[in-house]
Amino acid sequence: MTLKFTALVAAGLMAAAPAMADLVVPNLSYRTGPYAANGIPYADGFNDYFTLLNERDGGIGGERIQVPECETAYNTEKGVECYESLKGQNPLVMNPLSTGITYQLIPKVGFDGIPLYTPGYGRTSAKNGKVFEWVFNAPANYWDGASVAVKHILDQEGGDLNGKKIALVYHNSAYGKEPIRTLQELSEKHGFELLELPVDAPGQEQKSQWLQIRRDKPDYVIMYAWGVMNQVAIQEAVNIRFPMDHMIGIWWSGSENDVKPAGAGADGYKALTFHGVGQDYPLYDDMKTHVLDAGKASGAGDQVGTVLYSRGAYAALVIAEAIRKGQEVAGTSQISAAQLRDGFEALDITAERMDELGLPDFGQPVKLSCENHGGDGLARLQQWSASEEKWTLITDFIEPDEEVLAPLIAEDSAAYAAEAGVTERCN
Amino acid sequence: MDQLIYATEVLLNGLMTGVMYALVALGFVLIFKASGVFNYAQGVLALFAALTLVGIQQGQIPFAHMINAMFGTHLETFGWTVPSLVAILLTAMVMVVLAFLIEKLVLQHLVGQEPIILFMATIGLAYFLEGLGDVMWGADIKTLDVGLPQGISETIEGVTADWFGYGFFIDRLDLWATAIAAALVAALVAFAQYTKQGRAMRAVADDHQAALSVGISLRFIWVMVWSIAGFVALVAGIMWGTKSGVQFSLSLIALKALPVLMLGGFTSIPGAIVGGLIIGVGEKLFEFLIGPMIGGATENWFAYVLALIFLVFRPQGLFGERIIERV
Repeated sequence: MTLKFTALVAAGLMAAAPAMADLVVPNLSYRTGPYAANGIPYADGFNDYFTLLNERDGGIGGERIQVPECETAYNTEKGVECYESLKGQNPLVMNPLSTGITYQLIPKVGFDGIPLYTPGYGRTSAKNGKVFEWVFNAPANYWDGASVAVKHILDQEGGDLNGKKIALVYHNSAYGKEPIRTLQELSEKHGFELLELPVDAPGQEQKSQWLQIRRDKPDYVIMYAWGVMNQVAIQEAVNIRFPMDHMIGIWWSGSENDVKPAGAGADGYKALTFHGVGQDYPLYDDMKTHVLDAGKASGAGDQVGTVLYSRGAYAALVIAEAIRKGQEVAGTSQISAAQLRDGFEALDITAERMDELGLPDFGQPVKLSCENHGGDGLARLQQWSASEEKWTLITDFIEPDEEVLAPLIAEDSAAYAAEAGVTERCN
Repeated sequence: MDQLIYATEVLLNGLMTGVMYALVALGFVLIFKASGVFNYAQGVLALFAALTLVGIQQGQIPFAHMINAMFGTHLETFGWTVPSLVAILLTAMVMVVLAFLIEKLVLQHLVGQEPIILFMATIGLAYFLEGLGDVMWGADIKTLDVGLPQGISETIEGVTADWFGYGFFIDRLDLWATAIAAALVAALVAFAQYTKQGRAMRAVADDHQAALSVGISLRFIWVMVWSIAGFVALVAGIMWGTKSGVQFSLSLIALKALPVLMLGGFTSIPGAIVGGLIIGVGEKLFEFLIGPMIGGATENWFAYVLALIFLVFRPQGLFGERIIERV
């Protein structure tokens, strides 16, 4: 009996654990709960990109990639549990898709020596590799987003924002509060008045905030929302007849899910993005052949080309390129988490490389270093067409205002270093 | 003067929002009143009802994702759409079937158990229904349109602009919600007062044992009450789902009903309405007057603080029954 039980346990463990030769890149996803509608396409895009590499190229450098998935339900406690349970599988990197989980994991990954990749979310000052040795947030962060939004508004207003009013409608959480300091600095620099309007999670009821916007008549609204807060905010903006092309969402407020419920009213709504839109890229032909038509898609295959699917795939692409670079630097295909960190710091995804990968003009060049874990932080704007039900890119990549952002990042990361007792590296 | 006008607008919007909260609270009250069960699954019932309504309306094949995953098919819809009214009626029937199943599979086995056991059962039910809704209709955000108008009422805006020099914002959806909630409450009260089943429901609410002794079927009453609560959940799901699209966070609207129930009392239908109005107006006015001084986002916690203050003075809520237990 004991022998049988031991054999069963051993068989179970062997089935659960990836093959020893595989590289492990976990997917901390959320396919259930209130944020599932956003978590599913992102997780599918992430999985499908690695499936494509496995099926088409035999993996990376001859090593197949295992992507064990763990359900976080966008819940910080569950996210940390996922991290702890996956740690035993020797993961190369973690991408938790939650700023709350990221904040909890930052001290842990430093201790465990596992890179944390948080593209477009997480702790902004993690861009400073001198302090955050194990965290990477390229190609853009929340402060980059705020700065690019203001630059776009400057462009719309002929370069002068004196006397203008900009309202920030934000998710009252670590995520939503991230851009406040940046926008305060930018308001001083450009002379606009900043109205800060927090909305408590989940954000189903926002009447007070939109009545205030109707009374105060800001010229523009910048929004940092997530989940149901996005749909309700856009609907309320439509209700008060706020001009949609004067409303700019961060990239987490710019998926098809966010605008479709408001119907025709959402036409003209703008959002930031750090990657291309739609399926008109050669990569998707390969995706169709090797993943979708082969019946190996992560989900139902109905999310391909959506904003969040593309973002998940792009996150996987950056990780894959970092693995490739890590293998090159280490001189071995079976790299460790520490060697992947070296790969991230040597990462150099050029425009030509994006062409080779089948995604021309999809993302900005990403060049990281020991000091710079966040890239150049460029972003572009997309606009929603309600009649065609699609996003269209309306600007090129716009550089953020480093003059304002660099000192803020230095200040915030220095505060973290002092608090956590971190000694600066890269000297 | 401007502040007074703005405060009036906020107050009116608070009343409308309160009606939306009351709609959710009503379902809780109905079940608690008739069976003493605090139905944790009421928010999920609203979600399930709204998901089913959209699914029927759009001719979606239930469990399509699961069937496709198991058999490699590509099923999505039946290829037809169903008119809103018919879809609402069909959904109401689904909610009746669901009520029957809940009674048969869950409640029947727990007759005579402590209220906390029944409460725990509804927690399980909430998780089950959330998962069932996901598997049945998919987790994507669905647009719900049953023909209810949305957006600013230009008539009210015009009239108030003439009177005060400032046009008030009132959402037409909120006006409809108010009218529908009023009709719903009137219908519920009439049902409880003037029909045989309604009187039986009240008898069960007053005393289970006495009701049983005069031949009232407890099982029938429970199915009936859960069906009515399911219908109320459908109405709440339509109103909230029209605003935000039908998505899984719809189940969280239950959180908005809790302070309403604490304030209005768990056993009173008028209490749910008055409680909803007080919470709606209170939180909106507090956010307007005090919010800017303390950083805003006061509404969620203010509703609970207000309810707690009421609890100190009236533990049974404004309209709840005072329970005196003598040793």
